[in-house]
Amino acid sequence: MPARRIMPCLDVRGGRVVKGVRFRAHVDCGAIEDLARRYRDEGADELVFYDIGASPAGRSVDLDWVGRVARVLDIPFCVAGGIDSVAKARAVLRAGADKVSVNTPALMRPDLIDELADAFGVQCVVVGIDSTREADGEWRLRSHTGDAERMRAPGRRMLDWLLEVQARGAGEVVLNCIDSDGVRRGYDLAQLAAARALCRVPLIASGGAGTIAHFVDAFARADVDGALAAGAFHDGSVRIPVLKRSLGLHGVEVRDAA
Amino acid sequence: MNVAIVDTGAGNIGALQAALQRLGAEGRLVTEAAALADAERVLLPGVGAAGAAMATLRANGLTEALRRLEVPLLGICLGMQLLFERSREGEVETLGLLPGTVAPLPPAPALRLPHTGWSRLHRRGDDPLLEGVADGAWAYFVHGYAAPVGADCVAEAEHGERFAAAVRRGRIAGTQFHPERSGLAGARILQSFLKGWDR
Repeated sequence: MPARRIMPCLDVRGGRVVKGVRFRAHVDCGAIEDLARRYRDEGADELVFYDIGASPAGRSVDLDWVGRVARVLDIPFCVAGGIDSVAKARAVLRAGADKVSVNTPALMRPDLIDELADAFGVQCVVVGIDSTREADGEWRLRSHTGDAERMRAPGRRMLDWLLEVQARGAGEVVLNCIDSDGVRRGYDLAQLAAARALCRVPLIASGGAGTIAHFVDAFARADVDGALAAGAFHDGSVRIPVLKRSLGLHGVEVRDAA
Repeated sequence: MNVAIVDTGAGNIGALQAALQRLGAEGRLVTEAAALADAERVLLPGVGAAGAAMATLRANGLTEALRRLEVPLLGICLGMQLLFERSREGEVETLGLLPGTVAPLPPAPALRLPHTGWSRLHRRGDDPLLEGVADGAWAYFVHGYAAPVGADCVAEAEHGERFAAAVRRGRIAGTQFHPERSGLAGARILQSFLKGWDR
């Protein structure tokens, strides 16, 4: 079993890192490369960049910053945002990203997952899933979540989609739990545990981290392979070296920060 | 130094070029055999499927050029797997520069596949490829297939079972992990490759 991964997530809009609360009200958090450098030095295991303006605006990621990030980082990073074809994915990987993550474009056209897995291997293909608990108690998908005005509800059950994306060639799944996103009351452990039971590929928790205890819970109680967070890292309320020491003390194996 | 990066048509070549730049070297993309003639170091990266990568190499006349090479060659990830004789992935014949067959990591309950993330390197012996890399150092892996721990294995790792994480035989070396994405340990391995080996 590899070390459990700590993954800062950088939402990128207009060439800057921003952060929203429940996918709304974005505030500026700094320059992309500065944050990439900071997290690299603090011992992050992987970085995830979401070009959150891309899918709603119908455009793909701007490759220029991908190349700049690739030059700065000696840890892996994943890029998401409007990647809806093998050609676009190839351009992002060529610019220096290690993986691509698809969310809305995969929901619009599920064959995209198969095509990416065929072209680059499943290890390059991350599928992001945005999901919320509806009134009947079922977790269902949301798409176009980069822009609250355009968010849509395709009506599908999260667990059904989770099985489908694995069958199609997802090599990793990031489960963004919308109800807990940005409010820092902890990851949605019930939803993550339900997903874990059906997920054979690495599963990454996303949405809700505010304290070190939240990370401990996600690994110890939902058995996720990685935990993604944004705001709690950006504002310094959770420091990665402290977080990793604490996880180690709780018996969660993590990579020693260099 | 003239460092050639063989283009297998897929993957994060930009990451590898950036890692070489951090070490003061330039990696030049090579798509055909003639361009390997004056290379002093050759990198064979690659992600994706063994069959597709071998087809690309064959179509560009690169399989024979790689077999005849007389300078240090480092295969990374799928590139390391291609150094062996065969891959169970599509049952394809690969370059045959090292003895052995690449096989899938065996599924087991609660074992996540592909093997994705940071795992420890366990050194076997004292190979110059791993100069400055501590036993137990972390390296970044993303793969579903692996080569067995054989005579050329200089570091092993474990995911369900032990497999060859790094190999070297003379001028031929390989890492199953991504040195360009493995922090300081990875940088040291690339440095060792650029320096070359005299045994």
